[in-house]
Amino acid sequence: MTDRMKGIQQAQAGAGSGMNSPYRVLVAKVGLDGHDRGAKVIAQGLKDAGFEVIYTGIRQRPQDVVRACVEEDVHAMGLSSLSGGHMANFTSVVAEMKKQKIFGSIALFGGGVIPPDDRKKLLKLGFFEVYAPGASLQTIVTDLKTTLSRGRKSSK
Amino acid sequence: MNFSDWKKGSYGSLIRKVPERHKKFATSSGIPVEPLYSDETPPGHVGFPGEYPFTRGILASMFRGKFWTMRQYAGFGTAAESNARYKYLLSQGQTGLSVAFDLPTQLGLDSDDPLAAGEVGKVGVAIDSIEDMERLFKDIPLDRVSVSMTINAPASILWALVLAVAKRRGVQAEKLNGTIQNDVLKEYIARGTYIFPPRPSLRIISDIFEFGGRTVPNWNTISISGYHIREAGATAAQELGLTFANAICYVESAIGRGLNPDRFLPRVSFFWNAHNQFFEEVAKFRAARRVWAKLCLERFKAKDPKSWMHRFHTQTAGSTLTAQQPLNNIARTTVQALAAVLGGTQSLHTNAYDEALCLPTETGATVALRTQQILAHESKIGDTVDPLGGAPYIEYLTDRLEDETLAIIRKVDEMGGAVAAIEAGYPQREIQRSAYAVQKQIEGREEIVVGVNDFKTDREEPVPMLKIDAKLERDQVKRLRAFRKKRNGRAAQSACNRLTKAAVSTENLMPHIVTAVESGATVGEIAGAMKKVFGEASHARIV
Repeated sequence: MTDRMKGIQQAQAGAGSGMNSPYRVLVAKVGLDGHDRGAKVIAQGLKDAGFEVIYTGIRQRPQDVVRACVEEDVHAMGLSSLSGGHMANFTSVVAEMKKQKIFGSIALFGGGVIPPDDRKKLLKLGFFEVYAPGASLQTIVTDLKTTLSRGRKSSK
Repeated sequence: MNFSDWKKGSYGSLIRKVPERHKKFATSSGIPVEPLYSDETPPGHVGFPGEYPFTRGILASMFRGKFWTMRQYAGFGTAAESNARYKYLLSQGQTGLSVAFDLPTQLGLDSDDPLAAGEVGKVGVAIDSIEDMERLFKDIPLDRVSVSMTINAPASILWALVLAVAKRRGVQAEKLNGTIQNDVLKEYIARGTYIFPPRPSLRIISDIFEFGGRTVPNWNTISISGYHIREAGATAAQELGLTFANAICYVESAIGRGLNPDRFLPRVSFFWNAHNQFFEEVAKFRAARRVWAKLCLERFKAKDPKSWMHRFHTQTAGSTLTAQQPLNNIARTTVQALAAVLGGTQSLHTNAYDEALCLPTETGATVALRTQQILAHESKIGDTVDPLGGAPYIEYLTDRLEDETLAIIRKVDEMGGAVAAIEAGYPQREIQRSAYAVQKQIEGREEIVVGVNDFKTDREEPVPMLKIDAKLERDQVKRLRAFRKKRNGRAAQSACNRLTKAAVSTENLMPHIVTAVESGATVGEIAGAMKKVFGEASHARIV
C-alpha cells in the first residue's frame, strides 16, 4: 500500500465522525471543450455530499490538471468531456499522471458524451467508472465513496 | 387596427405579392381553414401577425406562405466529408445549410497547433485555410443556398473565407445569404469558445455590422443565442432575459460607434432553444418577438418596421436527450419541434436521437430531418397562423415571460450592462443555480425523465455509432502544411502584419481580414495577428 492510499484509508476512518478532513476531489475539463454544465453540477453535488471539491474551469491541459491534483492533494479526480476528444485527452491525463508518479493513488472517473465502447477502454485504462448523460448524482456519490473507502487503486 | 382591416391590409397585400402554398386550406372533413382566428379588436399587445409588436408572428401569412427553413446543423471530419453530408442533406429536401466547426477552428487555432491535438474534426469540420473552405462548399451554389455558420470568436475570419470563396467563383456579395453566429458574450457565459477579452470582441462585432451593412446586405451578421444559455441550465425566462441583455449590449455598442440602428437591426437574428415544457416554450417565442419589437422601437429608437422584427432560428434541446433508450429521443424532439413551429420559428434544427452518445449517424440525421418534414406536410400545423394565440393560458404565459424577461434586463442594466454582469459572474451563477435545482428535482424524482429515473429497462439495445477516424487529424495537418509551403508566405505574413496594425487603430478590421485570407493566411495566423493587440480572455471558474 502506498502512503497515499494509507492517507485515503485514514481519511475514511474519520469519515462521518467530523474529526478528519473530508475527501478532496478535483473536477476537471481537459482539452478545448467548453460544455461544463455537467462538471459544475457534479462539483456542486459532491460538495453537498460532504466532499471538498476543486473545479479547474474549462480548457485545461493535462499538465495543468495533474499539477492541480498534486498541489491540491486530492483523493479523486473526475474528468468531463462532451467534445468527442475524450480518448485523446483522458489518455494524455493518465500518461501525465504516470509521469508524475501519482497514477494509482488517485481514484479516477469520467463522464460526458462517451460511447459504450470507449467507456470499456477507459475502464481498462484505470477509470473506476465513466458516466453517461443522465447518471444520477446519488450513484456517483455512492460509487466514489465506495471506491475511496476500499482504498482501491485507480489502476488494476 | 381591427380584424377586417388586417385581412384587407397587411394580409391581403402580402398574399398578392407572395402567394400562399394553396389557394384554399381545409381540414380532412372539408372544414375551411382561415389564415387567422382572432377577435375583431384584440388587445394591442397581442395584435396581428405581421404587425407591431409581432406577438402572433412576423409575417401576416406565416407558414401558409412558405414553411420554415429546415436547417440541420452538420459538419465533422474534413471539408470533403462535410461537403458530402451537406449534399446528402440537400438531396433529401433540406432547405438551408448549417455548418458545425471543430473546436480548434472555433478557437482560432490551426489544426497543427499543439492545443488542437485530439480535437481536429471532432465536433465539426476543420477549416484552416481558403482551400478548406473551397472544398467545404464544392458544387454548392452560394447564391442560392443560405449558409448558417456556428462561429463566434473568429466569426470575422470564417466569414471572410466564405466571402473570398464566393468572390473566386464570381458570386456577387449582394447575392450571398447566410448567418454567422458571432455572439461572443454567451461564450463567456455558457459555451466557452471565446478568444479575446469582451471589449475588443465587441469592437470586432461592430466592425462586422458595419462592413456587412455596406457590402453583404443580405447576410445576418449576428445570431444572438439563448440556445446555449438554456442548455447550460437556464430556465425559459432566464434564456430570454440574459440573451436580450446581451443583445442590448451589442446594439448599444454599435450605436455608440455611430452606426444607425436601422442600418444593422434588420440583419440581427436570434437563436433559441425548444425545450420540453410545451406551452411555456410556445409562449416564450411569442414573448421574445414582443420584447424585441418594443426594445427596438422604444430603447434603440429604430424607425424601420424591419428593424423591429424578431427573426429566429430554433434548435431542439440537446440537454434533454438521454443516452438511455435513445429512440425515445425522437418523441422528445418531435414535441420540442412542434413548440418551435407553433411559436413561429423562421428556421429549425431537430436533434438526432443518437446525440447523447455520439455525433449523429446518417440514420440519426435523416430521421431528424424527416421529423420536420412530417410536421410540415402531414400534421398541417402551418395552415393557420399562431393557432394557440388567444388561448388564455398561452396569453398569460406570454405576458408573464415578458415580465420576467424585463426584470432580468433591468437587473443587468443596474449592474452596468452585460459585460459588467458577466465579469461579476452574475449570469453564470444564475444559470448554474437553475441547472443544479433541476438535477436535484430529478434526483428526488419530483421530475420524471422517462427511461432515466423511471420506466427503466434492463435490456438496452445497442445503437450504431458514428466514429471519427483518427487518421483524419494527421491528414488535415499534412494538407495544412502542404498549403503553407505552396502559398506566397511573405504576402500572408505582411497581410497579417497590416491586420495587427489596424487592430491598434480604430479602423474597420474586416477588409484587412478578407485580404489576409485571400493572401493565404490561415485561421490560426489571423487570430494570432489580432491576439498580439487584443490579448486573450482568461478562464473564469465559477462554481
